[in-house]
Amino acid sequence: MLAEALALSGVLFVIGVIGVLTRRNAIIVFMSVELMLNAVNLSFVAFSKLYGATGQVFVIFVMTVAAAEAAVGLAIIISIFRHQETVNLKDINLLRG
Amino acid sequence: MMLQEPVVTGHPLADTVAQYVWLLPVLPLIGFLLNGALSMKAAAKLGPNDPSAADHGHHGSASAGVHDADHDDAHISHDDHPVVRHKYAGLVSLIGPGVLLLSFGLAVAIFFAMRSVDMAQPYVDTLFRWMPVSDMKINVALQLDPLSMVMVLVITGIGTLIHIFSVGYMQDDPGYPRYFAYLNLFVFFMLLLVLGANYPVMFVGWEGVGLCSYLLIGFWFSDKANADAGKKAFIVNRIGDFGFLIAMFLLFANTGALDFAGIAANIDKLPVGGAVVTAICLFFFLGCTGKSAQIPLYIWLPDAMAGPTPVSALIHAATMVTAGVYLIARSSLLFSLAPVASLTVALVGGLTALFAATIGLKQWDIKKVLAYSTVSQLGYMFVGVGVGAYTAGVFHLVTHAFFKALLFLGSGSVIFAMHAAYHATHNHADDAQDMRNMGGLKKHMPVTWVLMWIATLAIAGIPVFSGFVSKDAILGAVFERAQGSTLANASLLGIPGSTLLYAVYAFGLAAALLTAIYMTRMMLYTFHGPNRTGADAESHLHEAPWIMTGPLVVLGLLSAVGGWLNLPEFLPLGPTGVFDKWLEPVVGASTARIAAGGGALAGSTEQALIGTAVAIAVAGIAFAFVRLKPAALVPKKDSPPSFGFAKVLENKYYVDEAYDKAIVQPVVNGSKYILWKGVDVGIIDGLFVNGSALLARALGWIGSQLQSGQIGTYAWVLVLGVIALLGAFVRVH
Amino acid sequence: MNDFLTTLNYNSWILPVLLLLPLAGAAAVLLHGRLAAAGTPEQAEGARHQLRRMVLAIFAIEALLSLGLWWSVDTTSSTWQAYFSRAWIPMWGMRISLGVDGIAEMLILLTTLMMPLAVLGGWTSVKEKLHTYFALLLVLTTGMLGVFMSLDLMLFFVMWELMLVPMYMIIGIWGGQRRLYASLKFFIYTMLGSMPMLVAILFIGVKTGDSFGRPSFSYDWILAHGSFAAHTQLWLFAAFFIAFAVKVPMWPFHTWLPDAHVEAPTAGSVILAAIMLKMGTFGFLRFAIPLFPGVAAYPPVRFAILTLAVIGIVYGALVAMVQPDFKKLVAYSSVSHMGFVILGIFAMSVQSVQGALIVNLAHGVSTGALFLLVGMIYERRHSRLIEDYGGIAKVMPVFATILTIVSLSSIGVPGTNGFVGEFLVLIGSFRTQPIFALIAATAVIFAAAYLLWALQRIIYNPLTKPENKILPDLNWREVGLLLPLLFAIIWLGVYPGPVLDKTRDAAARFVHRVETSSLDLSVGANVEIR
Repeated sequence: MLAEALALSGVLFVIGVIGVLTRRNAIIVFMSVELMLNAVNLSFVAFSKLYGATGQVFVIFVMTVAAAEAAVGLAIIISIFRHQETVNLKDINLLRG
Repeated sequence: MMLQEPVVTGHPLADTVAQYVWLLPVLPLIGFLLNGALSMKAAAKLGPNDPSAADHGHHGSASAGVHDADHDDAHISHDDHPVVRHKYAGLVSLIGPGVLLLSFGLAVAIFFAMRSVDMAQPYVDTLFRWMPVSDMKINVALQLDPLSMVMVLVITGIGTLIHIFSVGYMQDDPGYPRYFAYLNLFVFFMLLLVLGANYPVMFVGWEGVGLCSYLLIGFWFSDKANADAGKKAFIVNRIGDFGFLIAMFLLFANTGALDFAGIAANIDKLPVGGAVVTAICLFFFLGCTGKSAQIPLYIWLPDAMAGPTPVSALIHAATMVTAGVYLIARSSLLFSLAPVASLTVALVGGLTALFAATIGLKQWDIKKVLAYSTVSQLGYMFVGVGVGAYTAGVFHLVTHAFFKALLFLGSGSVIFAMHAAYHATHNHADDAQDMRNMGGLKKHMPVTWVLMWIATLAIAGIPVFSGFVSKDAILGAVFERAQGSTLANASLLGIPGSTLLYAVYAFGLAAALLTAIYMTRMMLYTFHGPNRTGADAESHLHEAPWIMTGPLVVLGLLSAVGGWLNLPEFLPLGPTGVFDKWLEPVVGASTARIAAGGGALAGSTEQALIGTAVAIAVAGIAFAFVRLKPAALVPKKDSPPSFGFAKVLENKYYVDEAYDKAIVQPVVNGSKYILWKGVDVGIIDGLFVNGSALLARALGWIGSQLQSGQIGTYAWVLVLGVIALLGAFVRVH
Repeated sequence: MNDFLTTLNYNSWILPVLLLLPLAGAAAVLLHGRLAAAGTPEQAEGARHQLRRMVLAIFAIEALLSLGLWWSVDTTSSTWQAYFSRAWIPMWGMRISLGVDGIAEMLILLTTLMMPLAVLGGWTSVKEKLHTYFALLLVLTTGMLGVFMSLDLMLFFVMWELMLVPMYMIIGIWGGQRRLYASLKFFIYTMLGSMPMLVAILFIGVKTGDSFGRPSFSYDWILAHGSFAAHTQLWLFAAFFIAFAVKVPMWPFHTWLPDAHVEAPTAGSVILAAIMLKMGTFGFLRFAIPLFPGVAAYPPVRFAILTLAVIGIVYGALVAMVQPDFKKLVAYSSVSHMGFVILGIFAMSVQSVQGALIVNLAHGVSTGALFLLVGMIYERRHSRLIEDYGGIAKVMPVFATILTIVSLSSIGVPGTNGFVGEFLVLIGSFRTQPIFALIAATAVIFAAAYLLWALQRIIYNPLTKPENKILPDLNWREVGLLLPLLFAIIWLGVYPGPVLDKTRDAAARFVHRVETSSLDLSVGANVEIR
């Protein structure tokens, strides 16, 4: 059971990574990050079967952080869209040195 | 270091009036404080509360001060305008000379107390601890002994006369209280100098008199030349003070003492003729060349004539400039252990005497003649103390104080009259101090004329006048030492001491001849011949008021008969050698140490020497009378420029210019262009400080180029980095 | 007096109170800023005036409180006086440990007495952001006093940095034309210096450790138990040296000083010169040398430092001579004077160390007064250039008199404080280091040259410029704030005995500690710190 769960978690994580690396739309990149987080959550839950409830506690933590992050992140994206009229990451390089 | 306290107990002076010795300097100090307060009170008009309000014009409050001080340049009174006296002139005239008179009275009282007791040991009065640090215990302590008594009497006595003279001379100067404050302060420091029981206290006086000299030379500071002269005096003196300091350091490092008693007790630690004691003496002498205007540091004294004339009389003739002679007499114990240093002193003194006398030949400013004459006479004193004739050197100091103060005050009275005459005729172009503008003053100022001739005969060395006695004692001593002494046996720069001493004797004689010539020249040009002031001005020339001539008369008397204090054996007009005996407890042993190996001069030799000296003096005066034609002189503005050697002499051998080119300019320019602009701004700030800032900025720029701002790129770098790390992790395990 | 202080239990609370009072004052100042009515210009001016008086009162109370130290501190004792110690961060071995000896006592008094004068000096010239300005001054005071009192290396470091920020802001906000350049230079120079010191402090604290194996930053503990290899000692000393040398400032780390002095407002210059320049030399006396006496006694190190000191003395004087800006002139003269302090400390004779302490105090008083005077004339004429003046002794006789006296003390004329210090330093150094003393003594000539030349061009010479003819003389506030300094100048010059007595034992212990140490650089040598 554990092995399958971890495999699923790994697949989800890689999908998330690929999404982050390849997509240009900020919203989709954002969703990919969430996917990665949830992949990690899945492995936490899977491991909690072995090592006790700590993993599940961590999942709650991660979900809280993810929610907060989503709120802040989306707000940033909206504010960027208002200024730049785009959410294409290629056109956003405010941090260029 | 020895403590001074124990010495006091049981000294015969302890219960006499001498216990008030501290009042000697404190009285003038009180005078300084009172006069200073009066000067501030008159000048001060404190500003508004918010100083930045000055922008918006507080003309009203400030202008009072300006007008108060505005007629600085018109400091000499004149007869057709009423004399404008300072608001507090009356009070100041009372305090200024008053404290000096009190001090002099006390000095006389102490002198009589001292005469009646045995002064084999100095009387030391420790006032309070000054710099007590570990094994170094420097106290503020005063020392009374015959030598300091002589100096105290000269300073307070001559000082009182000059203060009184100043009441008349400075009468309508707007800085009247300030003048007396400075003068009082000077006397305070001068008394501290001669009364100090250790070198540090002496140094306080030493620098203090230099400070007052600075303030008084630049008294009329609105003229740049005066301010320059004051500054020059201070800085040149500081070079000498550097020597004084180093000498003190050497003394302390080698004997562990800085007070005179302690050094005497530890004198065994300094081997006779050793490098250390020679270095100490030479550094002390460096101090002397500064303070007493000897080669190579004499250059400030002629410029110092920018100060009011009574100042020149008091500070730059009678007292302060003789401090170097006092220092050597005070340190006779050390100098007698260092024949090479003593020889140097005598040689430099002899050279200065001759050198300054040649410049004096061609000066036109009456005060400049006297200034070079002072440098030259100081040279004589150093010859005296250099050859170990300490009493002769100090005695010449005393007689010189008489006749040179008289000469300066006399010239002051002449300048006063000239100024008054020019002022009355609204002549602001001509120089009131230039002898070419004078002439024939004897019929206008007979008292000054007679008195100045007395002083001239004294300085020239005409028998029975005071200068003859003292100068002859010095020249005799040089000859005696040349024939046999520790100095004659030593050698300097490979030249045997006796040869050097004969040379010094020759310099002394030559300088005596020149002295007679230039002094007669000064008298002839000033008082004799036709008058060159112009008819208008001539009618306004007259003798100074009694408050100025009074002190002159006293000084004239002293100049004439001052020699009685120390009559030589061959001139038995009274008790002989009084002064020698008086100073015997202080310098006797040192003189004996230097003179060891020689004998007194044979009677015939002595007579021959005296005959030569007198003949030379008379010859000089006669030469001047025959050769110089006051009638041929024309006023300064019509005078042709001089040429040849006369021009070199008139320009003082261009020594000032040479010093400026060789020392002052290189130091200033080096500091400015090499040290400041080069090292500071260029290398340290430019290269290191701003250079490292630039380097940091460049590195930052390179780093910033890596930041594309593309999140995608960052993400790729991140992922690749993680994979690389994981790979490394896996490989390790 | 001492009995009275004992009944108050003075020694047990005075040091923390001295540290906390300015902090509380700063809070009060900021609170005043919140509450004060900022309505009409008159109201604003009234509030400003109220604030100025309030701050002056705080500093006056601070000064009064600190005065008790003069009587309560037993300077002959070899233990810390007015000792105070509380836990701070026990896990890391940091404590709030405060204490003074004779040396620190004099510097604390100098600080508390100079601060009210500095405030008075900037009474009318600072007009903007007054609350921030005063709050910074108060925090700065805590920092400076903390440096003199700290007996815990970390606490010392915190205080050291606490000084830095307010001064950076004072220069940067209320400074002159190039204030940003100057303040940044000041900040970075000092910061660069103190970073190696932080590393060294951490290293010492962690390596020494207390009996439980935890780090310990206690000064006394480290003095007694610290033990480092000779080479390590060299490196640690070097780290401290950089921090202190920048602060002194020693040549060639001095170039921040002229800029900072020139651009700082009057109070800033006064505090910089009078107090903050003393931190470096105090650091050497309290930390760098006692912690590593072997290094300080090691001839090559000593030779190098003495060389820098003597270069600073002569160089500072020469460069001061050619400055067109009077504040810069005084700044370079500070480089020269502080060179004397370093010379005195590293010459390691009792006279020279005591002399160094007197130079510290004398320089604080004289240079502080000089900057106050420059500030006063700057307020009137808005120029610091010497050539813009000339002959103003005629219109400002009181100013001219005071400037002359202060300059003379800076030159070191006997009878003033400057002479006593320089004389002791030189005579003490001459015993151990005659050549260095000989070269340093030439500064007496140059000092006279630069100050008298400047003096002549400012107050003497003809009064030609029309702007100068209407300058009003000093007012009562200005005369009043200078009088204590004049008194100190004469008192220290004529009767320095009491001050010398107070620092005598601390100086003797210091010299003894170094004299009895040496550094063995042979491999494997492990030298006890003491």
